[in-house]
Amino acid sequence: MIERISGTRRTWCTVMKALCYLSLILVTALTAFMILYVLFRGVPHITPQLLFTKPSTLRHTIGILPDILNTIYIVIATLVVVLPIGVGAAIYLNEYATNRKIVELIEFAAETLSGIPSIIYGLVGMLVFVQFCSLGTSLMAGALTLVIMNLPTIMRTTQESLKTVPESYREGAFALGAGKWRVIRTVVLPTCVNGIVTGCILSIGRILSESAALLFTAGFAHNINGFIDGLGSAGATLTVALYVYASERGEFDIAFAIASILMVLTVIINLLTGYMGRLMKRRNGQ
Amino acid sequence: MTIIETKDLDLWYGSMQALKKINLSMEEKSITALIGPSGCGKSTFLRTLNRMNDLVPGVRIEGQVIYNGEDIFSPKVDVNGLRYEVGMVFQKPNPFMMSIYDNIAYGPRTHGIKSKVKLDEIVEKALVDASLFDEVKDRLRKSALGLSGGQQQRLCIARALAVQPKVLLMDEPTSALDPISTAKIEELAMSLCDRYTIIIVTHNMQQALRIAHKTAFFLLGEVIEYDTTERIFSNPSDSRTEDYVTGRFG
Repeated sequence: MIERISGTRRTWCTVMKALCYLSLILVTALTAFMILYVLFRGVPHITPQLLFTKPSTLRHTIGILPDILNTIYIVIATLVVVLPIGVGAAIYLNEYATNRKIVELIEFAAETLSGIPSIIYGLVGMLVFVQFCSLGTSLMAGALTLVIMNLPTIMRTTQESLKTVPESYREGAFALGAGKWRVIRTVVLPTCVNGIVTGCILSIGRILSESAALLFTAGFAHNINGFIDGLGSAGATLTVALYVYASERGEFDIAFAIASILMVLTVIINLLTGYMGRLMKRRNGQ
Repeated sequence: MTIIETKDLDLWYGSMQALKKINLSMEEKSITALIGPSGCGKSTFLRTLNRMNDLVPGVRIEGQVIYNGEDIFSPKVDVNGLRYEVGMVFQKPNPFMMSIYDNIAYGPRTHGIKSKVKLDEIVEKALVDASLFDEVKDRLRKSALGLSGGQQQRLCIARALAVQPKVLLMDEPTSALDPISTAKIEELAMSLCDRYTIIIVTHNMQQALRIAHKTAFFLLGEVIEYDTTERIFSNPSDSRTEDYVTGRFG
């Protein structure tokens, strides 16, 4: 029987296998090169001075403490606004809405919204929040722009996890005479809290990596502020600072140092997401 | 005394009529079994009695369900109050993702009981009534999901009893359980029927024969025959009932 598989066919198989193998090597090599190159160029420049001071023109030093703080502020401000809205919308769509057509339309719109290039959000944010709402170029304007950008993410992940709550839980609670909101608050939400956390972590990742939308709305300042003052004034996040140092000031060492920090943060966020996913599976499988 | 009575009850899922002119009256403090082949409407009927069908989109109901002299579909009736009095146990055990204690305390807390002493008392009594107390008394604070299937179902019965309903609806409560757990639940149902009215849907005719005082035979959305369990199984008046209980179809 063996001879029925012709020589050309066997060669073809071998060639295809080799090509797949080659792609794998390329992908691995490129990723490894990327990571190692950034770390190699960046890590040596992560110094206490860089991490814990602000830039000084007089002493010719550069520090990214303001940018770190700005990043934290903008993450907090964004989440504080986006969470109630996103989770609330998801609850409405999944638990209250009865018109399937409209629900599907909103889901489709959210899907589309999450695929739009972020610079468009920046443009709209600049016109609406910075100018029309006269917030000025500020972290608050940036955060509100990011709220719109992350709304679909939070809404969709929450919705997906609401869908995994078995109908029998809701029925069990209704059968005990619990009202709709009590069922949602005490039975449905606690069951899917991991899904909401996963959405948050994904959003934090997006906020960290965002530059285009913030260039338009949050500005480039490197001043150390408290939370409230910070929100009212312009400020660069780490990613924006990276852009500024690399493209406007030619400080590639600093840019790479920031890049290394961002990469480590991304790894941590990915690990956290994976961990939450596993936790959710374990709890649902019990 | 009659506690629940239905008058010309019709129910449609969309355009499909699932219940046709059901007239049944259930006696207080007794066990009524609803039997019939799959899809005959017995579960639908049961779920109408505490308005669980309200949750299903596209359901339309006509006719009356009189509970304690009042039509449960009247706008004056608060559906949560109705479910407070008419409790339900489902086919698949559905404990919440909480501790055993919190599962049982869920109903009482929903209805405003906050006192810890009172809750402790209610939880213990419900667990004793559901003959589960001895098995779980050392792990009341542990997750209810760690219990076996049979224990989970008795927990769900205890959870329903904790709000002290008048009527307990049971929708094939033993179909997902092993024979020993089934026997325990049947025993439990019999021990509860001097205080509660129990209406049970079952696929298992032996079960109806063992525990029910009266039995209704459903077929294609209609009640074919409703009589004492003894008569239904020994001397039914309708030939279709006879065919079903003797195992000729279904």
